[in-house]
Amino acid sequence: MGAPARFAFWMRAVEASVLAVAICFSLGATDASARFNNLGHRLMCTCGCAQLLGECNHVGCPESGHELKELTAAIASGLSDQQILDGFAAKYGATVLAAPPTKGFDLVAWIAPFAVFAAALMGTILLIRRWGGLRGKKPAVETGELVALDTAEQERMERIRRETGEGGF
Amino acid sequence: MAAFGSFCLLIALALAAYNLLAGAIALRLLATGQPTRISPERLADTARRAGIAGFIAVTGAAFALIWSVFTNDFSITYILEHSNRALPIPYKFAALWSGQEGSLLLWAWLLGTYGFVLRLRHKTDVKLYAYAGTILSGVQVFFLSVLVFAAPPFSLLPGYVAGGPVPADGNGLNPLLQYPEMVIHPPMLYLGYVGFSVPFAFALGALMMRYPGEKWIKITRTWTMVTWLFLTCGIFLGMHWAYAVLGWGGYWGWDPVENASFMPWLTGTAFLHSVMMQERKGMMKSWNVWLIFSTFLLTLLGTLLTRAGLVSSVHAFAQSSIGTWFVVFMCIVLAVCIFTYVLQRSHLKTEHQLESLVSRESSFLFNNLMLLTACFVILWGTLFPVLSEYVEGSKVTVGAPFYNAVAVPIGLFLLFLTGVGPLLPWRSTSMKAIKRNFVMPSIALWVTVIVCFVAGANPWKGGTFDQGRFYAMVAFAMSAAVFTAIVAEFLRGAAVIMRQTGRNLFAALWLLTRRNTRRYGGYLVHIGVVIVVVGLAGAAFNKNIESEMGLHSKISIGPYTLEQVGASQDSNLNYDSDYALLDVYKGGKKVFQLAPEKRIYLVSGQPQTMVAIHSTPEWDLYVVYEGANPDTGQPIIKAFLNPLVGWIWFGLAVIVAGTFIALVPSLTPATAALRIPATQSTPIEPALKGGA
Repeated sequence: MGAPARFAFWMRAVEASVLAVAICFSLGATDASARFNNLGHRLMCTCGCAQLLGECNHVGCPESGHELKELTAAIASGLSDQQILDGFAAKYGATVLAAPPTKGFDLVAWIAPFAVFAAALMGTILLIRRWGGLRGKKPAVETGELVALDTAEQERMERIRRETGEGGF
Repeated sequence: MAAFGSFCLLIALALAAYNLLAGAIALRLLATGQPTRISPERLADTARRAGIAGFIAVTGAAFALIWSVFTNDFSITYILEHSNRALPIPYKFAALWSGQEGSLLLWAWLLGTYGFVLRLRHKTDVKLYAYAGTILSGVQVFFLSVLVFAAPPFSLLPGYVAGGPVPADGNGLNPLLQYPEMVIHPPMLYLGYVGFSVPFAFALGALMMRYPGEKWIKITRTWTMVTWLFLTCGIFLGMHWAYAVLGWGGYWGWDPVENASFMPWLTGTAFLHSVMMQERKGMMKSWNVWLIFSTFLLTLLGTLLTRAGLVSSVHAFAQSSIGTWFVVFMCIVLAVCIFTYVLQRSHLKTEHQLESLVSRESSFLFNNLMLLTACFVILWGTLFPVLSEYVEGSKVTVGAPFYNAVAVPIGLFLLFLTGVGPLLPWRSTSMKAIKRNFVMPSIALWVTVIVCFVAGANPWKGGTFDQGRFYAMVAFAMSAAVFTAIVAEFLRGAAVIMRQTGRNLFAALWLLTRRNTRRYGGYLVHIGVVIVVVGLAGAAFNKNIESEMGLHSKISIGPYTLEQVGASQDSNLNYDSDYALLDVYKGGKKVFQLAPEKRIYLVSGQPQTMVAIHSTPEWDLYVVYEGANPDTGQPIIKAFLNPLVGWIWFGLAVIVAGTFIALVPSLTPATAALRIPATQSTPIEPALKGGA
């Protein structure tokens, strides 16, 4: 297999993997108990305990009991997940949602981490390019640091390196 | 004793200020070489001695506070608010860090202790230690100023006169803090927080004096690793405390205060890795300096978040207005760091270039990239509610769903790098070497995926896709691959020694580790991380059940059946408690009894759950007595079956062991004779230097 064919093969493999993962994620939770559990972990208890609604364990908690009943009723009434979340946010305020909504200014909360990661990744690649990592390695002799070693010698060096290397990994 | 404590703090502040001023003047005189009447060396030595004396003064203040707790001196406001007569002795010590003033005093005392040790070891490098000692004294001046002017721990009750009446008893310690781990968790965390002041001081000092070479890194290596270990232990002890006390079945809730401790840990971990690039290759010098600057600033931010009420948290046990002090100090520190860096950045030029994208160097770069991205995500999530309130006028919650969506994939990629990094040699590698090193880990990865599917630990739960279980499966598979990769590294090294010396495998592994403790200790830390990740991934398979249980009624969870066989009550001077007695059956046979408890603390009237946990390597049976139903009087029991939680605590033990090994100096290699003498310049010498 030539280099272009190999490249095409790997591209197809990556595409297939991405598609498989995307399909898996898009399936989502569908039955009522799974939806209850899922939504219970996307809402906060409003009693001030700072716990997820699905995990609030205060005996006599003045809020979680009726919130859970409202959640059960909302699921039974056939509302979509987003409608239920919007309904809770309208009634109890935005802090009832365990994560920022994906609209308006709050969308920034979700975008910023990925934007920073992309910028940092780009910075790292530029740094590596600046240090010469992607320009192709110069011949060892030309750098004046190493001479080419044959396989046996490399093996020997590797062994010595293992046994004598000081500090660091 | 209050007067003595306050006097000690004043003296300590004066000594720290003298240390800072005299030290700064002496170092300036040494740097410029101006002739003076006073010898700069002698002036610097008086500054050092003032630092030592300052430690004794702060110790006196800390002693005064502890003494006041033990003698129930309720004329002191802090003692009244954080202690009471019936408080058990270990928790009397905990009173020192249960409130804001006390915890700031603890910070100042630990900083004084670190400074004391540093100043005693000054002969290692007199000038560098003088710089570091002076910078530490600057930090100490800040904390002592806060203690003297903004949050005095020895302030007396309003209107109190000497010999006048005092309250008969104190308000007691927060019940959440009355748990054995709370006696060691905060000091551990603070040892970590405060400890990062030391490498910060060395880094800033080395930059200020344009310290030649990388010796300052070698000097601070032990400090940094010990500090990192304290912080790691502090974080894990906090997790265990949350698990055993808060009673919600989990150990990490992405609470702002938990995040505050995690952020410096991430940057500190990045520093421990990238510093090797500087030691080995003279690269990433600016990066390392800024990593340690950031780590120190994040420790201050952590204290700000915990103590100043910047963000709301269930862990913020004390809040006040000292936030302004911290913000100003952080601005000053940042300004000093930027000024020094801009002035001296020519000293931080990289000496070598990266030779290959597939090398140990680039793996360190990506490791740092991911650790710093994780740190940013957590910082962003922690502060976003404040930002949102500022911009939109209303707060939002940034809770577990946000972090799980953003931070978990980053964590998995970091796990991947944990395995890949050690497999890549310095400088560059060949395809053949990559294939050789990656075959076994790849096999382990796919075998684990198959095993997960066969065992039912797959992402499909009841026919629907479960993201948590998907991440868990990826974590298991990746952990298996990383574990295999690291073990293979051990075995390859041991095989060489076995061939050379004829020792058995275990003796060869022991010798291998002793010959390069830093490397193999580091690998052991990585194995510990893998074990922790497996434990964390188990959370995707948690189960729970809640039920009101009458006498002899039963509930089942996993393989266990719990039967309520009675209830009991107990009382002491500190609290009243109710127990539910539960016989636990497995396979129809009684295996043990659990007694979850609910306490009511007498002084504060606050309730507190004491969870009953039965741990096995497979899972924890975690039972909470939530109280009695007010209508029926019957206990309400919530039982959790939490798989693999024990692995988290075992992983910590492995991390601690690995760090200890890495701190021990290596043995002289038996094959040292094979080394080319340093004076003899030969083409293969760089290969030896770049080895391992």
